Amino acid sequence: MIETHGLRKLFGPTVAVSDLSLQVGEGEIFGFLGPNGAGKTTAIKMLLALIEPTSGTGRVLNAPLGDRASRARIGFLPEHFRFHETLTAIELLRFHGRLYGLRGAPLEARIPRLLSRVDLLEAADRPLRGYSKGMLQRVGLAQALLNDPRLVFLDEPTSGLDPLGRLLVRSIIDELRADGVTVFLNSHLLGEVEATCDRVVFVKRGRIAGERRLSAPAELVDLELHTGPVGAAILEGLSRFGTNIRQPRPGVIELRIDSEATVPAIVSWLVQQAVPIHAVQPRHQSLEEVFLDVMGDDEGPG
Amino acid sequence: MRDVITVAHLTLVEARRRRIVLAGAVCALAFLLVFSVAVVLAYREMAADKSVSFVERQGTLTAIKLVGFMAANFLSVIFAILLPVDTLSGEIDSGVVQTLASKPIDRAQIVLGKWAGHLLLALAYVLVLSTGILVVIGVVGGLPPTGVTHALPLLMLEVTLSLTIAMAGGARFSTVTNAITAVGFYGIAFIGGFVEQIGGFAGITSMRTIGILVSLVSPADAMWRLAAHYMEPEIARSTGMLAFGASVPSPLMVWWAVGFTMLVLLYAIRAFRRRAL
Repeated sequence: MIETHGLRKLFGPTVAVSDLSLQVGEGEIFGFLGPNGAGKTTAIKMLLALIEPTSGTGRVLNAPLGDRASRARIGFLPEHFRFHETLTAIELLRFHGRLYGLRGAPLEARIPRLLSRVDLLEAADRPLRGYSKGMLQRVGLAQALLNDPRLVFLDEPTSGLDPLGRLLVRSIIDELRADGVTVFLNSHLLGEVEATCDRVVFVKRGRIAGERRLSAPAELVDLELHTGPVGAAILEGLSRFGTNIRQPRPGVIELRIDSEATVPAIVSWLVQQAVPIHAVQPRHQSLEEVFLDVMGDDEGPG
Repeated sequence: MRDVITVAHLTLVEARRRRIVLAGAVCALAFLLVFSVAVVLAYREMAADKSVSFVERQGTLTAIKLVGFMAANFLSVIFAILLPVDTLSGEIDSGVVQTLASKPIDRAQIVLGKWAGHLLLALAYVLVLSTGILVVIGVVGGLPPTGVTHALPLLMLEVTLSLTIAMAGGARFSTVTNAITAVGFYGIAFIGGFVEQIGGFAGITSMRTIGILVSLVSPADAMWRLAAHYMEPEIARSTGMLAFGASVPSPLMVWWAVGFTMLVLLYAIRAFRRRAL
């Protein structure tokens, strides 16, 4: 559905995207995460041919970047959706529908259906200048779905939305998933991403810094062991099972393991070493923790 | 073509809703009102003065008509520059254009649609002002619309050229930079025209040459001077006693202006196609 190799974008001396190589499969709900300034929006714009890459190649919907015919099957909600504020929601959707090549009865039937879906039917005849930020995002979402797209780019779709609006976006993404539509979601809200995406990649300084599949069980597990007193030899011995081994306080050992399947072996080894075990608490990493791990200490707020 | 019409239609709707059409109409009517009052008062005074002959009166009315056209032409050019000055740059800045350009259309269609929509308005503005001047001067002074069939297309070409320059600037620069550049471009043509006229009156060849060279760089004002030449009475043209034509641009300048406009439009399309949105 999407495939890029070494996409790079320079704005003068500034590197916006340094080396973007990724693949997104058909029907996948794909999360694109990174701090501000990581190059996420620039990457989306390159995929939509709004920005020409400095180097690298890519294909979207099995066509080269910028292919006009394939854009007819793509929907796009930009970050901070804005349009001519004198238009009403119906006029806006009619105009965009025409640009998608839609006309007449099919378009006129689709407009109220979409407006109803984003809960804007009652405000349909009001000019956009009277809309709140959340309403603008929702009408923007409706225009992104006008053409029954096979691929939808959502750049911060919940920006400016209240909790109910976020729930609405989530339910629309679920519907798109059910219809086999691929969704490319760029969001800062890790909770939203965790709840909706099948897979996420982490972007750091314009390149992919990590990846995580959310539809499968989490791979990394943080294990907390409550034990009797242990010496340095025990801590060293645990290093064969995992990483990040530390003893925050006497009687507590923390380590990171690849899988919960390793837990019995650890317990068995500790028993062999005559270490009394009082409790074993495995804890899966949240997306936020993974995000912070991937970004590292050198990445500050954007 | 269908997408060009769709974008042009949006441009017209937007201009009407933003009251640009209303503002243009009010200003045009105000201009025509002032012009009408001036013509009526001038005509009455001349008619009451027995020492003013019919020929002198017609000559004065012709001069008033040409001054009216000069003012109308200036207003039209400014209207044509300001009308589209933020249509591309403003929408690029606000992000509005991202939603448009991600649709299955060529960016050229966005430029052409906006250009066509704004051009319709600018040409309507020229037409309203020109018709108003001719009607007033014809009804009050009985002056025939001399040379209008030649002059009006030239005025429209000048407006088209000025508007196209503002469109092209919008594809490349910010709104303010574009406005300064487009007005400056017309200003160069304007001053070049003056230099050429003075050179023509005074018989200084070098000044005429400079004026002609400036017209080649910025041919807008040359269209006005050629239009004014056509609107002078036949007797003035044949005797060379011209109020606005001490140095008349060559008709070849018209073809250059047409070509120049097309080149600028092509540049606008190219610049917008390459622009990071």
